[in-house]
Amino acid sequence: MIQSPDAPDRARRMILKGAAVCGVAGLGLADMTLLIGQALAADAKGWPAEAFKQKNEADVLKALYGKTATASDKIALDAPEIAENGAVVPIAVKSSLPKVTAIAILIPHNPYTLTAAYKIPEGTEAMVANRLKMAKTSKVIAVVESDGKLYTASKTVKVTVGGCGG
Amino acid sequence: MSTIRVRAVSSGDTTVVQSLIQHPMDSGFVKNKKTGKLIPPHHIEVLEFVHGGKTVFTALWGPAVSKNPYVKFAFKGAKKGDEIKVSWVDNEGQSDTLTAKIG
Repeated sequence: MIQSPDAPDRARRMILKGAAVCGVAGLGLADMTLLIGQALAADAKGWPAEAFKQKNEADVLKALYGKTATASDKIALDAPEIAENGAVVPIAVKSSLPKVTAIAILIPHNPYTLTAAYKIPEGTEAMVANRLKMAKTSKVIAVVESDGKLYTASKTVKVTVGGCGG
Repeated sequence: MSTIRVRAVSSGDTTVVQSLIQHPMDSGFVKNKKTGKLIPPHHIEVLEFVHGGKTVFTALWGPAVSKNPYVKFAFKGAKKGDEIKVSWVDNEGQSDTLTAKIG
């Protein structure tokens, strides 16, 4: 929930300014702690840094949602059989599961397993399409959070030319 | 010019949103061919769509999202002429925002 996406940037500038003139008067302790936290961790507010560091499915799900998943046939994972260019692989996920609150796409053979996670508030459809990089041939796992539980579907995508290194 | 391009089209009660953003989305695993050094990761972390003061979609992205990323989703409750606000923040603290009309 970032209402103002430039807030961290502003916070960082404020910190720099504050450090330069040592003028921190007027800021409460809580404000300062918050600002310093944001300035040190360059990551955007609400970005799950831990989950993006994990190297397997179980650890990603634990870091992101704190639970395990079961397979479901109510998830449609649309990905090519063969991706000629691993730098741009179109992948779409759609689900007919009820009360979907999140969708994530995991690629276990990439350097980091989690590629993208989406928050689906009430009123938004359980559908997302995006383009992801794949380092090599891998299973692609779609994760859907429905009514508080996690479900997955997967498909193997063969990659001819990898899209992560070079 | 904005880095954000967005097309939101409403049909009945559903609005389909497609967005393209100009961003290198550097993974951190690619070497600069001239220097031989790794190009550090530089990618969008949070991309948010707001309609009528309510966040309708949030993308949390890592370095494996393709360069110049594309995303598509759909939500209910908007009508033609409404505004949708798109904003992103990357891991270097850069950001951009664009407000578009739903067609």
